[in-house]
Amino acid sequence: MDGMDTTLEELYTQYPDTVKKNRKKHIVIKSEADVACPQIEANTRTIPGIISQRGCAYAGCKGVVVAPIKDMITITHGPVGCGYYSWGTRRNKARADSTTPKDKIYSQLCFTTDMQEPDIVFGGDKKLARMIDEIVAAFHPRGINICSTCPIGLIGDDIGAVAKAATERHGIQVLAYACEGYKGVSQSAGHHIANNTIMQNVIGKGNERKPGKHVINVLGEYNIGGDGWEQERILKDCGYTVNCVMTGDASYEDIKNLHLADLNLVQCHRSINYIAEMMETKYGTPWLKVNFVGVEATNESLRQMAKCFSDPELEKQTEEVIARETARIEPALEQFRKICRGKKAFAFVGGSRSHHYQHLLKDLGMEVVVAGYEFAHRDDYEGRQVIPTIKSDADSKNIPELHLKADEKLYREGNEYLNLSKEQFEALKKEVPLNYYEGMYPDMKNGDIMIDDCNHYELEELIKKLRPDLIFTGVRDKYIAEKMGIPAKQMHSYDYAGPYAGYNGAINFANDVAHTLTTPAWKMIVPPWERIEEPDTGKQEGANDA
Amino acid sequence: MLECVPEGKTEHTTGKINPAKTCQPIGAMYASLGIHGCLPHSHGSQGCCAYHRMHLTRHFRDQVLAASSSFTEGASVFGGASNLKTSIKNIFKIYNPDIIAVHTTCLSETIGDDIPNIIKQSEIPEGKIVIHTNTPSYVGSHITGFSNMCKSMVAYLAEAQGETKKEQVNVIPGFVNPGDMREIRRIVTALGVKLVMFPDTSGVLDAPLTSKYQMYPEGGTTIAEIRDSGNSEVTLALGAFASNAAADLLQEKCGVTGIPLKLPIGLKATDDFIMAVKDWFGADIPKEIAIERGQVIDTLIDTHFHYQGKTVAIFGDPDHVIAMTEFVITMGMVPKYVLTGTPGKEFEATVTKMLDEAGITGSRVKAEGDLFELHEWIREEKVDLMIGTTYGKYIARTEDIPLVRFGFPILDRAVHPLMPVVGYRGCLRLIEQISNAFLERRDRDALDEDFELVL
Repeated sequence: MDGMDTTLEELYTQYPDTVKKNRKKHIVIKSEADVACPQIEANTRTIPGIISQRGCAYAGCKGVVVAPIKDMITITHGPVGCGYYSWGTRRNKARADSTTPKDKIYSQLCFTTDMQEPDIVFGGDKKLARMIDEIVAAFHPRGINICSTCPIGLIGDDIGAVAKAATERHGIQVLAYACEGYKGVSQSAGHHIANNTIMQNVIGKGNERKPGKHVINVLGEYNIGGDGWEQERILKDCGYTVNCVMTGDASYEDIKNLHLADLNLVQCHRSINYIAEMMETKYGTPWLKVNFVGVEATNESLRQMAKCFSDPELEKQTEEVIARETARIEPALEQFRKICRGKKAFAFVGGSRSHHYQHLLKDLGMEVVVAGYEFAHRDDYEGRQVIPTIKSDADSKNIPELHLKADEKLYREGNEYLNLSKEQFEALKKEVPLNYYEGMYPDMKNGDIMIDDCNHYELEELIKKLRPDLIFTGVRDKYIAEKMGIPAKQMHSYDYAGPYAGYNGAINFANDVAHTLTTPAWKMIVPPWERIEEPDTGKQEGANDA
Repeated sequence: MLECVPEGKTEHTTGKINPAKTCQPIGAMYASLGIHGCLPHSHGSQGCCAYHRMHLTRHFRDQVLAASSSFTEGASVFGGASNLKTSIKNIFKIYNPDIIAVHTTCLSETIGDDIPNIIKQSEIPEGKIVIHTNTPSYVGSHITGFSNMCKSMVAYLAEAQGETKKEQVNVIPGFVNPGDMREIRRIVTALGVKLVMFPDTSGVLDAPLTSKYQMYPEGGTTIAEIRDSGNSEVTLALGAFASNAAADLLQEKCGVTGIPLKLPIGLKATDDFIMAVKDWFGADIPKEIAIERGQVIDTLIDTHFHYQGKTVAIFGDPDHVIAMTEFVITMGMVPKYVLTGTPGKEFEATVTKMLDEAGITGSRVKAEGDLFELHEWIREEKVDLMIGTTYGKYIARTEDIPLVRFGFPILDRAVHPLMPVVGYRGCLRLIEQISNAFLERRDRDALDEDFELVL
C-alpha cells in the first residue's frame, strides 16, 4: 500500500497543480481495509493537452454500436475523415444468415456525405437527402442510419427532419443520430445516443418470435474477431435460441424483434445497458450481466442463466456443456499456464473489458496490477449501487434521457418472461444478481491500482516503476509499451486474431499471450557488442527476460 | 465479398462511397512528426486526434504521439481559446517537447478560432516554440493537410540570414514513408551535396527498439535545420500536391529557388531528381548510383514479359499515383484507370498528358473520385492488376484481381514503411512486387499440365 502511495505521489509531481488535483481523483488504490470502493472520478472532462486514450461521441455511436448492424447502410454526415477512420476498423465480423442474404450486407462499405466548404456555409441537409435517394436507388437497403459529426451540430443541419422525410419518401426506416464528437466527454455519450435512437425507433417494431423454449438476446457484444459466434455456439449447445447478438453480426430484422425474448444478457454494460434498462421499463424484460471472457467466468454465467429459467433439462444440458468444453480445453490451457503463471499485467481497454479479461488472466495464473477504462462511469468501478448518487454535470445533461413507460400491450412482469411464479422470481433474485453488476473493484487485489482515463504520461511512469510483464491495451499504446521493452497485446483488435470469448476463445487467447511473452526477439534486444559476458555463469546482462 | 454492390452504372454524384482520401488534420499530424522533438496538437474534440493516431499507428506500426484540446460542448459554443491555452501549458509542463505543432479540425475551423492570436496569449516557456496550420477537413484531403503543415514550417521557422546562400539543397519529400525519406537522404548525400530535408519522419516512425524509451526519438528535422532552409540555394519540391506550396513560400519568403519535381518513384522521376541535384550543384554521379540505375535497366529487360501490355488500375494519393503512372508506362504497361480522392484539376491534366504522350487511349482519369466508382469501372471492363492502398483489397477479392499495395495507407501488411519505393532501389522493389503479383497469379491459376518450374 505505502509503496504504491509513494509511487503515485512521485508520478503526480510533474503535474501542474490543477492537473494533479484533477488526476488524483481518477486514481484509486485497492485496499482490503475498504470493503466498498472509494469514490473514483469518471465520465468527466478530459484535461486539454493530456494525451488520453479516449475517443468521441461519434466513435461511440457509429463506430461501436451502429456500424455493426449489417443490413443497414450507415451514412456519416460530415467531412470525409470520420466516416473513413471508422470504416471496417473495429473488426465486427458479419455473415449471411437466415434473415440476411449476402447482397444485404453492407459492412465493408463506407458512406460519407464528404462535406465541402460550400456545404458548411450553406448547409448540408440537401446533399444528405440527395445521397440517401441515390443510395436507396442503387442498394435498396432495409434501413439507413445517419450519424452526424462535429460541424453538423454547429451549422445546424436538421438531420432528424431529413431522416423523417426520407423515411416517408422511401418507405424504409431512416434513423438520425445526433452524435457530434464534442458531445459528452468520451465515446460513452455516443453509446447512449445510439441506444436511445434504436430503442425509440427499432425495438418493438417486429412481431416474429424465434422458435425455441428459451429465447435470449446478447446485448453489448460486437463480435470482434468472432466473439459473438463463439458465444452463440455455446448458448445453442446449452439449449437456448439466440434471438439477436446486439450489435455484433446483428440485423435490423432481428433488432426489431428484440422485445420477443425471455432474457437479455448484458456483456458490455457500459455501451448497451441503457437498452437493457429501457427494455425492462417498457417491456418488463429481465436482464442478467454476464461475462463470457474466461473459462470460470463463462461457466459461472452459464450456470446463472440456467437458474433463471428453473428448467432441470436446461441445467443438465448446461452442466454437460461445461464439463465437455472444460475437459476439452483444460490440458491445452495447462500448457500455456506454464508460460503465463505469475506474470504481472496492466489492462487498459474500453467498455467492460479491462474487468472481463481479468477473469481470463486469472484462469492463466496471471495477475492484473493496474487496470482502467477509457470511457467508464463510476459504476463500472464501484458497482451499480452508486448510480443514484452520481451527480449529472453539464456534459452529461447534454445527452437526452428517455423516460419510457410500460408498454400497455406488451409489458409483462419479469417472472412471466422466465415462467416463474412471483415467489420463485423473488427467490431467484436472491441467488442470481438479476439487473445488477458489481464494478471492477472487488476483483482487484490489495495494493492494485485502478485508473480512470489513463494517459500517456501515467502509463509511461507506471511501466517504468512497476515493470509489468505484459500490457493489454489499444493500438495507440501498444507500440509505446513495446519500445520500453514490455510485450503488449492489442485488446481492441486482438492483434487481428480471435475469438477470445468462450472456451475456444480462451485457448486462442492463451496461445497468443504465450507467443507474445515468448517471442525470441525479446531476449535479443541487446546487441552482441553491448552484452557483458559474466565468466562464471555465462549469463548475459541487460537482456530482457520477458 | 461486395455482393451488395449493384451491377451496372449507378447514379452516384453525391458524397463518397468508399473514399480514396481522408481529412486534412492527419496529414498535418504526420508532417509534424517529422520535426525533431515535436508534439503534434489537434485543436478540436478529442475523437479526431484518437482517430488520426490510430490510423497512423496502424500504417507505421510504431508510436504516434499527439495531444488534443479535448473540446466538449462548452468549448464548441464559447470558442476553444481557453482549451488551447490550457493544452499548451500542460503539454510543456508534462511532456516537455521542443515544439508544439497545432493543427485545426473541422470543429475549430467552423467556430472560427483565431489560432495565432491564442498562441500569442499562451504561456510558452523560454526557448520553446508553438506553430500552427489551418486544416479544415471540408477542404482538400490529408495531402492538403500535409502540404499546409509543411508551409507553416516555412512560415514560422525558415529564415534567410542574408543574400548569400549556402551550397545546400532543401528537399521537401512529400507524404512518403520514413524508409523513403531515408533513401532520399542517402541518394543526395551520395551525390556529395549537403541537404536539409523537412519533414523527415525517419528515425521517428521507424525508430529502433532498444528498450530505452524515448518519447521524442532521435529522428526528425531539427528546428535549427528548418530555420537554415532559408539559407539554401535551392528547394526540390517532390510531388506537386504535397510539397509545392512550402517551396513556393520559401522562394517568396527567403529567396530560395524552388524546383517542382515528381515524387522520385520510377525510373524517369528518379532520373529527374538526380539530374536536378547534378545540374544545380555540378555534382558527380557516384559509381554506386550509376550501378543501381544499370541494375534497374537490367531488371526491366529481364522481366518485361511478365507485365508488358497488361492493364492496370492505379489509385491513391495524387503525387504517388502520378509517379506510378509514369513508371508503369515506362514498364510497358497500360494504365487503364487512374484515380485519386484528392481534389485538383492538375491531376487529371498531368496524367492525361502522360497517357497522350505514350499514345495510350481509352483510359479513365479522375481526381476527387472514390473506390466505388473505380469498382464500377472495373466491372465494366476488367484490368489485369490493381496498384494502390489497402482499401482496394475488397474490389481485388470480389473481382479476383491481384493487388500490389502501394502508398498510404497500407494497414494489412508489415515492414513496408521501412522499405523505400523511391529512387532506383525503389524501382527494383516495385518491379519485384509487380512481377511477382503476375507470377503468383499464373502459378495459382495454372492447370497441372501447365504448372512450370521456371517462369
